[in-house]
Amino acid sequence: MSLRIDQDHSRFRNIVRGRIRQNLRKYISKGELLGRQGKDIVSIPIPHIDIPKLRFGDKQQGGVAQGDGDPGDPLSGSPQEGDGDGKQAGDQAGDHPLEVELTLDELADILGEELALPNIENKGKNAIVDKKDRYIGVRNVGPNSLRHFKRTFRSALRRQIALGTYDPKHPVIIPTREDMRYKSWKTEQEPVANAVIIYMMDVSGSMGDEQKEIVRIESFWIDTWLRKQYKGIETRFIIHDAAAREVDRDTFFRTRESGGTMISSAYRLAAEIVERDYPSSEWNIYPFHFSDGDNWSVDDTLLCVDILKKLLLPASNVFCYGQVDSPYGSGQFIKDLKEHFAGDEQLITSEINDRDAIVESIREFLGKGK
Amino acid sequence: MAQFALKTALPNYLRDEQRRIEEFAQDVGLDFFPTIFEVLSYDQMNEVAAYGGFPTRYPHWRWGMEYERLSKSHEYGLSKIYELVINNNPSIAYLLEGNSIVDQKLVMAHVYAHVDFFKNNFCFRMTSQGRDPKSGADLRKWIDAMANHGAIVRKWANRIGIESVEQFIDACLSLENLIDPQKPFLPKESSPSTSEEDEPPETPEVPLLRVDREYMESFINPEEFVESQKQKLVDEAAQAQRFPAEPERDVLGFLLDNAPLQRWERECLAVIRAEAYYFLPQMQTKIMNEGWASYWHSRLMTENICDASEIVDYADRCASVLATTPGQLNPYKLGIELFRHIEDRWNKGQFGKEWDDCDDWGLRRHWDRRTGLGREKIFEVRSLYNDVTFIDEYLTEDFVADQKLYSFGYNQRNDRWEIESRTFQDVKSQLLTSLTNAGNPIISVVDANHQNRSELLLEHRHQGADLRLDWAREVVKALSRIWTRPVEIHTIVDDKPTALRFDGNEHSQKSL
Repeated sequence: MSLRIDQDHSRFRNIVRGRIRQNLRKYISKGELLGRQGKDIVSIPIPHIDIPKLRFGDKQQGGVAQGDGDPGDPLSGSPQEGDGDGKQAGDQAGDHPLEVELTLDELADILGEELALPNIENKGKNAIVDKKDRYIGVRNVGPNSLRHFKRTFRSALRRQIALGTYDPKHPVIIPTREDMRYKSWKTEQEPVANAVIIYMMDVSGSMGDEQKEIVRIESFWIDTWLRKQYKGIETRFIIHDAAAREVDRDTFFRTRESGGTMISSAYRLAAEIVERDYPSSEWNIYPFHFSDGDNWSVDDTLLCVDILKKLLLPASNVFCYGQVDSPYGSGQFIKDLKEHFAGDEQLITSEINDRDAIVESIREFLGKGK
Repeated sequence: MAQFALKTALPNYLRDEQRRIEEFAQDVGLDFFPTIFEVLSYDQMNEVAAYGGFPTRYPHWRWGMEYERLSKSHEYGLSKIYELVINNNPSIAYLLEGNSIVDQKLVMAHVYAHVDFFKNNFCFRMTSQGRDPKSGADLRKWIDAMANHGAIVRKWANRIGIESVEQFIDACLSLENLIDPQKPFLPKESSPSTSEEDEPPETPEVPLLRVDREYMESFINPEEFVESQKQKLVDEAAQAQRFPAEPERDVLGFLLDNAPLQRWERECLAVIRAEAYYFLPQMQTKIMNEGWASYWHSRLMTENICDASEIVDYADRCASVLATTPGQLNPYKLGIELFRHIEDRWNKGQFGKEWDDCDDWGLRRHWDRRTGLGREKIFEVRSLYNDVTFIDEYLTEDFVADQKLYSFGYNQRNDRWEIESRTFQDVKSQLLTSLTNAGNPIISVVDANHQNRSELLLEHRHQGADLRLDWAREVVKALSRIWTRPVEIHTIVDDKPTALRFDGNEHSQKSL
């Protein structure tokens, strides 16, 4: 149904997307995009533009509320600004917040919509095929279990009206053999898209808890998005300092090692996993590597470039490198990659300076629809 | 009333309920405009709610933003609008399709009390557009008015272009809250009479030195000196003739009368101003209005409407409406409790000199003169008060303690919001502060010819809280867009008197 408000709504969307009225963009409040699985809260980003007005700075103002507690006790949650201008009209009884429960699919949809992510183009690897029955039509013969009640009723009704035997006062419809309709199906062959994400993380001494948290959040969203795109996605996790090893998901996010960094060790292990388990003709492969960009030596960096060029890039849909800002790292690695792979669309790099940059970084990684 | 009831799209079972509830509401003494209920699907409801309850408004992106917020939070199950009613004669109220019958009844009972409030509370009198010449009924055709506003803005958007019209409206909306709540109750300003202007300005007397001997006159008070003094006084008088003569709080009205606007700008500004005044009473009476409606829905539902099978559902819904959250005032809860408190006091005769003078806690506790004036009193209160006077007059020490009211503030040292106090004085003064001027700072135009360069000077009457500065700068810019000359606003920032200025190109801020 089209609504009168559609025009206003599309105008608003265009402002948010920055197509028109650029000057308003600075008032868009940042929508949070944090989520966890399970019981934890998911906050849904709803862009909002404030029209600046003469108002009080909120921290000096305070207010009155009802409930238990002694003076000096903290209030749980930050107080909302007073009943501002938002609800100027009418009287909206009961705008009750409920707890939100979202499936990961829905989350991915929200993510996709907010970041305007394109759906991923399958690499055209159709080697694995699955058969599937789909009900697509109606026919006159079939088993009773597939009888289409509504259609049968309709054709019986039509016939009775045409014959003049239909009495509106006694609307009794008796279908005959010719009126019967049955659902019919067709077997289709569906290519199955298979994908694997290989997460690699630098766990050397310079990666702190905050850096790992950023990686965790970012990989959660990447995971959510790619899972939405591919059924039967697999994930593999590799951590490395001077040597690399494959771990499970939990260890991946918890481990903190110390010592040096040899990125090539991780890349070599990833290449081995790909070669052994995921032939690139059948799989969509997504290696993601997160590091603070501080590699051991120039030689090792050259080795990385070599592995990427010869083994990983040819096999992957896209190779993503995210560099987390850390107080210890030199951040040289991203520059090296940019230098060696200038203009190569298959390798995407992104710098993640803090949590606020996560959203932008996800957009960089997945925005190309590869 | 029947003629309206027939036009509604209500299904039969709801129409029967409406008739029943309307009768109950009349029986308890509620006095309302004819009320039309319509059932809307959730997306229609979101649309209407985004438009502030009206079927159509002027074109603006902010309705779209509100619509997105409402429909998203509806889709994700975050919130749901149960009820919407607009101050119009006849009043229109919307029911959400698919709500349970208990919810629909609750909403109807709630709505009749709101409409009674719209009709009888003095603040809402200013939304009246006159009297019907035939029936003498209160004319409030705001649905038509809003549609007309839409037509005006659309017309100009077509001629001038949506971009410039929208930008201008954004500027006007930045000033939306700069109106004078008292204005509607002041006598209409008579246009300055011409006779007054024609009168020659009085020549002021120059105080002369006393002269005992007449021949000394020209020496002691030489003619040239007297003349120059006279001239000086005349100049000073002219200087003192400021415009506006008195600080003007109706900033929108002042701009409408005095800013060099083109016709389309004038018409758009007038639209924004008219709507700002229309919505003002709802902000001035939020606590009372919601309290009154909740009071009556709870009485009607429990005493008349619900049968035994529905009472638990009702109680569940009612409890969630009246729930309190830390750091957030629930106007429904505060309002209903205060009305009940007043009713109780007037039923027991807990008022007047004798009551006020009594310090004996035991006596006060069991004070019951069986006056039975409660019902009459709350009807009087709903007519004659707004939130500020309601709290000022009827918030009592006992009530603050019983209801566990507290004031809270931001503790800079601990970097968190904390409960500050539970004493009666603190709670009351905090509450009144946040309600005064519907929570808006008090701003007036003080000089339209600032520095004799036709710049506009406004003043913020500082009452303890600073303005939000980044927004204030944008507002000054919006003002200069409309005034077309530099604009300055005097306020206090961190205890220092400060001027915020926009000269057409850049902002500046200096201490005074």
